Amino acid sequence: MTSTIQNDASAQAKPFSDEEEITTLINPGEIVSIAWDGVARNKIRSLLTMLGVIIGVAAVIIMIAISAGTEAQIAAQIEGLGSNLVFIQAPFGRGRGGGGGQAPALVFDDLATVQNVAGVSGAVVEQNTNQTVKSSVNTLTEVSLIGTTFQYPDVRDVPIDEGRFFNEKEQDRGTKVAVLGAGIAQDLFDGADPIGQAVTAGNTRLTVVGVAEPKGVVGDTDFDSQIYIPIQLVFDRFLPARFARIFGNQVRIIYAEIDEDRELDAVIEQMELKLASSKGLDLADITFTIRTQQDIIDTQGATTEAFRNLLAWVAGVSLLVGGIGIMNIMLVSVTERTREIGIRQSVGATPNDIRFQFLTEALILSLVGGLIGIVIGIGGAFLFGQTGDMPTVIVPSSIFLAFGSAAAVGIFFGFYPANQAAQLDPIDALRHE
Amino acid sequence: MSIILETQQLKKIYGQGDIQVTALGGVDVVVREGEFVSIMGQSGSGKSTLMNILGCLDRPTSGNYWLAGSDVSQMDKVQLAAIRNRKIGFIFQSFNLLARTSALENVMLPLVYKRPNVIPVPQRREMAHEALEMVGLGDRTHHDPMELSGGQRQRVAIARALVANPVLIMADEPTGNLDSRTSQEIMELLKNLHKRGRTIVVVTHEDEVAEQTERTITLKDGLIESDLKNKPQEEVAA
Ligand SMILES: Nc1ncnc2c1ncn2[C@@H]1O[C@H](COP(=O)(O)OP(=O)(O)OP(=O)(O)O)[C@@H](O)[C@H]1O
Ligand SMILES: [Mg+2]
Repeated sequence: MTSTIQNDASAQAKPFSDEEEITTLINPGEIVSIAWDGVARNKIRSLLTMLGVIIGVAAVIIMIAISAGTEAQIAAQIEGLGSNLVFIQAPFGRGRGGGGGQAPALVFDDLATVQNVAGVSGAVVEQNTNQTVKSSVNTLTEVSLIGTTFQYPDVRDVPIDEGRFFNEKEQDRGTKVAVLGAGIAQDLFDGADPIGQAVTAGNTRLTVVGVAEPKGVVGDTDFDSQIYIPIQLVFDRFLPARFARIFGNQVRIIYAEIDEDRELDAVIEQMELKLASSKGLDLADITFTIRTQQDIIDTQGATTEAFRNLLAWVAGVSLLVGGIGIMNIMLVSVTERTREIGIRQSVGATPNDIRFQFLTEALILSLVGGLIGIVIGIGGAFLFGQTGDMPTVIVPSSIFLAFGSAAAVGIFFGFYPANQAAQLDPIDALRHE
Repeated sequence: MSIILETQQLKKIYGQGDIQVTALGGVDVVVREGEFVSIMGQSGSGKSTLMNILGCLDRPTSGNYWLAGSDVSQMDKVQLAAIRNRKIGFIFQSFNLLARTSALENVMLPLVYKRPNVIPVPQRREMAHEALEMVGLGDRTHHDPMELSGGQRQRVAIARALVANPVLIMADEPTGNLDSRTSQEIMELLKNLHKRGRTIVVVTHEDEVAEQTERTITLKDGLIESDLKNKPQEEVAA
């Protein structure tokens, strides 16, 4: 029984002269340890409190991952269109030659005109036809046959995997050759080597000379399910005679590849001028739609931005709901723990000690909730990407964003309950049942 | 002996207008160092009100209160918290221990809020351990309040009141929730502390408790009715 406590009459008598600074907060480590105890002592309640933040943070990460994944997919598709591509089409429902000829049609000869414009490094046409296609193994209906020109692999960026593409001579003569997309080659031949094999499209027997590399879906075109044939063959064999007489050698679209260092608008203007003069028309009569890749990027960009904004709203709302959840339970907790607050005050806790204890508890809850949310978010985004149709890309900054928001939510929504706690009078708090 | 606490015309009025209640009507008390004082009086006479003010848990409506030389009646919430932390050990009728918190940690609590000279945690533990040994609970340090009897809980509370070495120990009906045998144990403990030089003020409505103190102040309707020295304890104990 030798202690400082038992024989300290002298210490008791010490006058109240040690007027140290008393407004300081107890040290932050102390506060954190008190707050941590408060959180750890009520695991179920703490977990429930964190739930909103967990969901909010996970939602932010998953949403951003989906949004980024979608954008990456679209970017890849646009990239897949080929670089610096210009699309020339006759306007819809017009230029089909029928209605009095006010609007010019896009015809095969226009390809040469376009190719001769300075700055155009390559151009191809497309005219499609849908046919039933038979091989020795399988029969497929409604297969898209693309009548095109020999520069197609370069301009549309569709490399050949096996065999070769048809050449200029075959193109002009309408030689009965075909190049298969990767998917349709598989569908028609079940893995057997298609090169040199025959396929029948409609009534025409074609010899397979090449198979393209897989490219997938770009925009609304599934490159892998197409068959490429010389354009002349489409004119010769796949347009009904009557139709051919009216429409001549019309094409659906011309793709022109522009030199990297050229001003796109200037080249397009030249194209319009040349097309007009070759047809003996005024510039104003050239009603073709000439779109650039940028137009397409802009359209897609607007869509993804709207999508991203929507996701941001959803994520923001879930964080808000999470924050309100924290505030709710913290308020209940302050009421429930009024007695504890009174006890702490009775042994010397200042209003600030109490305020920071509860604020820190809220912060711990939201940060721990945030960490759990990050784990679930990353896991969820990953699973989504693996199993769902939505591609996902986990964006590192989204993790910081989510975590930062969680902290902000904790401080913001913890403040009110913490203040309520700090303002309690010791005597009222102790009386609380 | 020097004066530990002194009040002048201490008043506490609850409510306003028609529903005003005068809990204390002007109380003058002096308690000197080393005294063991009991406060008695009927229910509603203002004992707890006085204790709460003396314990710096509450502030008087008017009047002055000096504790160890400082004018406490002029202090703000933060300063009062510091006074409670450094100068006063308060023992409550209902123990007021933190639930799900070990006896040791409960006793350490006042040391947590000590500033600006922070006591390192190992030293706090040691101090709390000593205090618990003093109240005879050296072997119960890791039990939480739910695992202790009423008497043991009050001992933990007494250890907590002692640990920060306050100038004044105040107890509002410390035996009010205990049976007579346990009450006597707690009284023996308080007497023991008094013998070692502690200044103690205890509220009670039991004569047997009051008789064991040196001096009994009796309140009536918020005023001091009597302030008498008790017979020496040896005779009472015999
Ligand atoms: N917070 C309060 N608001 C209003 N009136 C109060 C309050 N606290 C106490 N009173 C009143 O003040 C008077 C003194 O109360 P106090 O609690 O000090 O009595 P007491 O002597 O401790 O009684 P008991 O022996 O029952 O504990 C009583 O009339 C009581 O009703
Ligand atoms: Mg009372």
